[in-house]
Amino acid sequence: MKRHLLSAADLTRDDAELVLRTAEELRSLADRPIKKLPALRGRTVVNLFFEDSTRTRISFEAAAKRLSADVINFSAKGSSLSKGESLKDTALTLEAMGADAVVVRHGASGAPHRLAHSGWVRSSVVNAGDGTHEHPTQALLDAFTMWRHLGALDGRRVAIVGDVLHSRVARSNALLLQTLGAEVTLVAPPTLLPVGIDTWGVETSYDLDAVLPKADVVMMLRVQRERMNASFFPTAREYSRRYGLDGKRMRMLQDHTIVMHPGPMVRGMEITADVADSDRSVIVEQVTNGVAVRMAVLYLLLSGAEGVTGTDESENDA
Amino acid sequence: MSAYLVTNVSILGGEPTDLLLRDGVVAAIGSGVGFETGASAPSSTTDGEVIDGTGLVALPGLVDLHTHLREPGREDAETVESGTRAAALGGFTAVHAMANTEPVADTAGVVEQVWRLGREAGYCDVYPIGAVTVGLAGEQLAELGAMADSAARVRVFSDDGKCVSDAVLMRRALEYVKAFDGVIAQHAQEPRLTEGAQMNEGELSGRLGLTGWPAVAEEAIIARDCLLAAHVGSRLHVCHVSTAGSVEIVRDAKRKGWNVTAEACPHHLLLTDDLAETYDPIYKVNPPLRSRADTEALRAGLADGTIDIVATDHAPHPHEDKDCEWAAAAFGMLGLETALSIVQETMVDPGLLDWAGVAERMSYAPARIGRVADHGQPIEVGAPANVVLYDPSVRRVVDAASSASLSRNTPYAGRELPGRVVATFLRGKATVLDGRLT
Ligand SMILES: [Zn+2]
Repeated sequence: MKRHLLSAADLTRDDAELVLRTAEELRSLADRPIKKLPALRGRTVVNLFFEDSTRTRISFEAAAKRLSADVINFSAKGSSLSKGESLKDTALTLEAMGADAVVVRHGASGAPHRLAHSGWVRSSVVNAGDGTHEHPTQALLDAFTMWRHLGALDGRRVAIVGDVLHSRVARSNALLLQTLGAEVTLVAPPTLLPVGIDTWGVETSYDLDAVLPKADVVMMLRVQRERMNASFFPTAREYSRRYGLDGKRMRMLQDHTIVMHPGPMVRGMEITADVADSDRSVIVEQVTNGVAVRMAVLYLLLSGAEGVTGTDESENDA
Repeated sequence: MSAYLVTNVSILGGEPTDLLLRDGVVAAIGSGVGFETGASAPSSTTDGEVIDGTGLVALPGLVDLHTHLREPGREDAETVESGTRAAALGGFTAVHAMANTEPVADTAGVVEQVWRLGREAGYCDVYPIGAVTVGLAGEQLAELGAMADSAARVRVFSDDGKCVSDAVLMRRALEYVKAFDGVIAQHAQEPRLTEGAQMNEGELSGRLGLTGWPAVAEEAIIARDCLLAAHVGSRLHVCHVSTAGSVEIVRDAKRKGWNVTAEACPHHLLLTDDLAETYDPIYKVNPPLRSRADTEALRAGLADGTIDIVATDHAPHPHEDKDCEWAAAAFGMLGLETALSIVQETMVDPGLLDWAGVAERMSYAPARIGRVADHGQPIEVGAPANVVLYDPSVRRVVDAASSASLSRNTPYAGRELPGRVVATFLRGKATVLDGRLT
């Protein structure tokens, strides 16, 4: 693997499969009474969150702690640190503190890229979501969840539905799932598909009902009601009617098809409560898998080794 | 007053000859002319400095119609003095200073201040551009007539940085400046189509998650303004044309005989939007870098005269405004010291433009559009001695640290470019000699 994880495009198929296999090994930890490995003892992981995202931060924090890393949470919520220069200043501070990995969440697309490539820090940089660009660990945990349910993803059909234009989850998933051999269809009203999407190598559709019967996975993206104020769609009601996943549409799915959502959900908008809480829904499992996948990423970036639970001191340490 | 005899120099790429600059004018041209040639005026010197012009091209002093000098208000980024030093090093003898200063150059007082600072600096002549609307707010016409009548004699008006997007206001501005032969230089950017825009809208903006700046936002305004200029019979100048579609619209307007001129910036001739992939905001500029096809259309348009001039849009920014994430960074890049080299690289070396063409696009035409009488004249006996000597045979690596600008935001740092300005003369006085400021 490369030194940083900035984009799902940084991962070769071998890299991605290594992360999934490692995550599978680590996931078994969750079932044990003591959930800690000494793998990253003495290493420092900084969670640098310029944007509020409790769920992602907690997931990374749990992942780092289960690998015995020291964790520093740096929440830069609010005004003084939301401006440009502070990214650099913060980075220099972190560098002085000897961070081995910086997990960064930022509202500006490319901020993790700048952190990694501007000579501000020497640590590994993990993109935990940047603007409307990417969220590679989300894609990894999504792929991991699909893989546990469906096995190898080659030829599997994944429908990603919703606000693709503003979605970093969609971008990372489109890249990673193709790397893993899946066939991706992005479904959205034309206003919510980015210009140039014809070069992404994915299928696109404006018609959810046409896509659902063939899908092995349906991933619903969050759609903010406020988008209607910018005329991306006329009303929330019309959006739900055309692109929301409700009980009626759920019955069009094949028996094995799973329903996913990266969260946080807008229930009643892109997904109805009965679908979110149904047997097909793996939304809660995605959260569990998130910790395992992030453990795998941190482990592989920081230790460079393979086979985390197979190393000498690990298992006995429990 | 000192005199300069430039020997064996190629005027506009022609046969080598000798060129005598004395008493602020071109005193003599021809093989074998000496300091005594035509020295009739009592003040004339009969000696001076000889410059070996072998291998050098003599061009009329360059005229920039689009420079941001930042003074008053942002003297941390540039001053009239530092900006004109950079201009002289780039071969310019006149620059037009954009109005988006703090305070905005929307009154006779501010334009006269800038004009005076330029005279004091002495490195090149500074022609202030007046704002079209009060405070660039796009609501109310600034006192265009007062600025025209001031000591600064403003003829070019622009809200550059912002677009005069209101169609009625644009129409009125075009009409009003007819009274003093003014021109409206439009920064063509439909504001609603470019809210939060960060880079060229295309395949890459979608992939990088950077809000797109679509070509149509420029083209729609240019088309509208061409129609308005034709309708009211006034002069429109289009700033920094960046798209192939814009070139087509301007070409069409010219074919119809409308009074429309246009400029292209060096960076839009050379650089393309794939540089945004680095997320390094040194490449962030407004309008944004476009596709390869756009740069090619601009070059073709500049070659065939659809695009009248090259203008730098020299836009200095302090370090911290570029040393950050893309979205937080300022738009703009330096341009004065590299413009001629980039024109050589993109236009002259590929055979799209000869040196006479460069003189037209970078000196005569911008002076004509700006109604500047003392610049942009052919190098002929009796003409003001505004001359640049340029060596097209050398190559150099751009070093940001050595710029005369107070800012360092050049996108060309580390890049090898052809050519070097050897000397610049402003009314016979050397502002640059041997590539250095005098
Ligand atoms: Zn502009």
